[in-house]
Amino acid sequence: MKMFIKKNLFDISVITIFTIIAVISFSIDYQPVIEITKNNFADFLIEMLSFLPLLFIIIGLFDVWVPKETVAKHVGEFSGIKGSLIVIFLAMLQAGPLYGAFPVAYMLWKKGCSIKNVFIYLGAFSSLKLPMLTFEISFLGVKFSLLRTIISIPVFIVIAIIMEKYLKNKKFEINNL
Amino acid sequence: MIILITFCLLCLIASFVSDRKKTLSGIKKGMTMFLKLLPTILSVIIIISVILYLIPNEVMLEYFGESSGITGYVFAALIGSIALVPGFIAYPVCGYLVKSGVGYPVIAVFITTLMMVGIITFPIERKFFGFNVALLRNILSLAGALIIGILIGLFWNII
Repeated sequence: MKMFIKKNLFDISVITIFTIIAVISFSIDYQPVIEITKNNFADFLIEMLSFLPLLFIIIGLFDVWVPKETVAKHVGEFSGIKGSLIVIFLAMLQAGPLYGAFPVAYMLWKKGCSIKNVFIYLGAFSSLKLPMLTFEISFLGVKFSLLRTIISIPVFIVIAIIMEKYLKNKKFEINNL
Repeated sequence: MIILITFCLLCLIASFVSDRKKTLSGIKKGMTMFLKLLPTILSVIIIISVILYLIPNEVMLEYFGESSGITGYVFAALIGSIALVPGFIAYPVCGYLVKSGVGYPVIAVFITTLMMVGIITFPIERKFFGFNVALLRNILSLAGALIIGILIGLFWNII
């Protein structure tokens, strides 16, 4: 517990200060802070709480059920194009903001996914999510959405290759926080 | 969202039927990770909430909506990198911007940076990947977003 507080000192102070200010503002009816809390903060909080716990349950189950060999074989160092296609497909099925993809990336990496595929996963997550594509098409049209998607794929693959090259001889690890 | 809930429930049921103990340890592992990440996420959303209040979306969007040329790209990249707007809000806003005359390449830069570059969520990313890797990924993504915007500008009139 002590370690936990020490490690997250900054975050915990932000939360504590915000809570104190919010409580005071609500009791003396200070509008600006009430507005921040009710509109922005509540929205983000609901968005986060509605999907993150579920996501982490799935990640936890994945951890206990899927053996390392399986992941390493399919999306590992020597999985080739097929491995990359698998992580792209996985990313397309997901939803939510990018920070929800980091824990998944951590789990993939821990189970033996190659560095390149971890970053391809993050790239695909940010630009190819199917739920978002449906939104994009309805508001910005098929031409724009298709063009953006097709151009994005090689761009994030190149980014992943650069990341892999950069990290090749370094001691890279994704931390379990 | 419904898909995620259904998928999670199916996994839980299947896992629980096959092995109760394993399921519980899986849930515990997942929840431990979640709790460890919670303080950072909370402080990030507090900071975003305050910033969003101080600089309302409309003001930010007006800026690159009215500027053209290179300034438009720069503003789009800047706002996209900083902002953390869920897609279901961002796309309708972009649709509105296109109607009011903002070019598609600028919109592409905005959307791509919005999705791939995260300045405000950097503290979360750093916890997982370390400072250098997180920084490099964000810089490369920013460059990538600009390339995507330029390419869309080049191809738009050809197709």
